[in-house]
Amino acid sequence: MIRYTLKRLTSLFISLAVASMLIFFVIEVAPGDPASFMLGINAQPDTVAALRAELGLDVPKFQRYLVWVQGMLTGDFGMSYTYRTPVSQMIADRMWVSLPLALYALTLSTIIAFPAGMYAAARRGRAGDIGVMGATQLGVAIPNFWFAMMLVLIFAIKLRWFSAGGFAGWDKGLDAVMWSLTLPAISLALPQAAILARVMRSALLDVMNEDYMRTARAKGLTTTQTLWKHGLRNALIPVLTIIGLQFSFLLAGGIIIEQVFYLPGLGRLVFQAISARDLIVVESVVMLLVFAVIVVNFAVDLAYAAVDPRLRART
Amino acid sequence: MNRNLIIGLILSGIAIFAALVSFIWTPFDHVLLNIPEKLQTPNGTHWFGTDHFGRDIFSMIMVGARTSIAVAFVAVGIGMGLGIPLGLWAAARKGSFIDELIMRANDLIFAFPSLVIAILITAIFGAGAVNAIIAIGIFNIPVFARVVRGAAMPIWEREFILAARVAGKNATRISIEHILPNVMNLLIVQATIQFSLGILAEAALSYVGLGAQPPTPSWGRMLADAQTLVSIAPHLALIPGFAIIITVMGLNLMGDGLRDYLNPRLRVART
Repeated sequence: MIRYTLKRLTSLFISLAVASMLIFFVIEVAPGDPASFMLGINAQPDTVAALRAELGLDVPKFQRYLVWVQGMLTGDFGMSYTYRTPVSQMIADRMWVSLPLALYALTLSTIIAFPAGMYAAARRGRAGDIGVMGATQLGVAIPNFWFAMMLVLIFAIKLRWFSAGGFAGWDKGLDAVMWSLTLPAISLALPQAAILARVMRSALLDVMNEDYMRTARAKGLTTTQTLWKHGLRNALIPVLTIIGLQFSFLLAGGIIIEQVFYLPGLGRLVFQAISARDLIVVESVVMLLVFAVIVVNFAVDLAYAAVDPRLRART
Repeated sequence: MNRNLIIGLILSGIAIFAALVSFIWTPFDHVLLNIPEKLQTPNGTHWFGTDHFGRDIFSMIMVGARTSIAVAFVAVGIGMGLGIPLGLWAAARKGSFIDELIMRANDLIFAFPSLVIAILITAIFGAGAVNAIIAIGIFNIPVFARVVRGAAMPIWEREFILAARVAGKNATRISIEHILPNVMNLLIVQATIQFSLGILAEAALSYVGLGAQPPTPSWGRMLADAQTLVSIAPHLALIPGFAIIITVMGLNLMGDGLRDYLNPRLRVART
C-alpha cells in the first residue's frame, strides 16, 4: 500500500504541476493587456508602463509563473488587478458560499439516490423499478439551471416560500444560510441524484447475483434484509467512487447555478474577473477547481485501493 | 428494434428534423423584431408565443436546434477524431511509456470540467459558438480514448489478432482493420451519450454567455433571456427547457437502446 500511495502521490504532484503550467501559460497568451484594459484607450504609454510595473507584469512570464506557484503554496495568490485586494481573501470569502452549496447538494443527492436506487434494485423489472428508472432518465436530461429557474418560479415567485436569489450571509445565522442555499442545492443535486441512483441500482443488481446473497436468502433473510445487511456494504464501493467524483462536478457545476440565484460564490467571481480581464483571479479560481478535482480523484483512488487490494497490484 | 431505441429515435428525430427544416423554412423570420406583438402566449399565429422583442419562439426553437446539434455534433467529432486514435495507440502499446503518457494526459484533461475549459478559452478568445465547440470537444477526447483503450486491450489478446500478426500486419493496420471494427458498437453508443451531454453543455455555456452570441438563437441563450421575465411569461422558459429535455432524453434512450440492439448476445437472448 505504501508503494502504491507513493506512486499515486508522484503522479498527483506531476498532474498539479502540469495543470498549473497549462492554466498559467494558456491564460497569459490571452490578447489584451490588463494594465491597458484598466486604464482605458486614452491612457498614456508611460502610465500603462507604470501600472504594468506596479502589477508585476513587466517581469518575464516564467518568473511570474514561479512567483504565482510559490505564492499559492503559501496561500498567497497575489493581488487582484481590479479590486486591489488579495486574491486569496476574495477566494476565501466566495468559498464560504460555494463550498457549503456543493456539500449541501452532495448530501441531498445522496439522501435521494440511496433509497431510490435500493428501491429500484429490490423491485427489479416491476412497476416501482420502471418508475424510478424513468424518473432518473428525466433527471439526467433536465438542465440543472433550467430546473433552478422552475424552482424559483414555483417556490419563490408563486408560493413565496424562499427568496428568488441572493445570499443571506453567515452573520445572519446558519438557518438563514441554509434557507438561501436550499433551492440552489436542490437544483444542483437533481441530475447527480439521478446518476447516483442508477449507479446504486446497477451496483446492487451486480451484488445480488453473488453466491453470498443467495446464502443469506437461504438462511431465511428477506430480500430487504439481505440488501441492507450484505448487498449495500458490497455495492458501496462503486457508489462511493461516484460520490467522490461528483463533489468536484458539484463545485464546478455550482458556477452556473450561482448565476441563476445571484449567489456571490466562485462562479460569479470568475465571470466578473473574465470581463474585467483580472487574469490573476481567473487563473487562481480555475487552478483551485482543477486542484479540487485532482485531489478528490487521488483520494478516491487511495480509498479504492485500501478497500480492494487487487487494484494496488494492477496499477 | 427495442422500445428505448424507437422512442429515442422519435424524440431526437424531432430535433434533428426541426433543425433541418429550419434551413429552408421557419414560420417567421427568427431575428425579426415585432415589439407590438411581444410576450404573446402560444396561439394560432405564434404556435409557441413570442418573446420580449416579439420574435416568434417556434422559429427560434427551430433555428436553436441547429445551433445545439451543430455544436454537440462537431464536439463529438473532435472527441472521436482525436480520442479514438489515441486510445488505439495506447492499447497497441499497452504498458509502454506512450500508453502511460496518453493515459496520464487523459487524466489531466479529465481534471478540467468542460465549463472550466470554456472559461479558460473565453478568457483568451472571448465567447462564441466555436469556442464552446472546442471546450466541449476537448472534454470529449479522454472519454473516447479511455473507452477505446479499455475495449481494445482484451481484443489484442485474441487469436485472430495473433493470426493477423503472423500474416505480417503491423500494429497500425491491425488497429484499423481488426480492432476498430470490433469496438465500433461501443463507440456508437458512447457517441450518442456524449452527443446528449454536448447538448446540455452547449445550453449551459450559452446560458452563462460563453456560448453562441446574439443574434444566433440558442436554447441556452433563450433561457438566459427568459430568466428576468419568467414570472410574467413562463412560456419563455418552459419551451426551450422542454426542447432541451426532449432532445437529451431522446438521445439517452437511443444510447440505451443501441447498446442493447448492437449487443448480439442480448439480441439472441431476446429472440
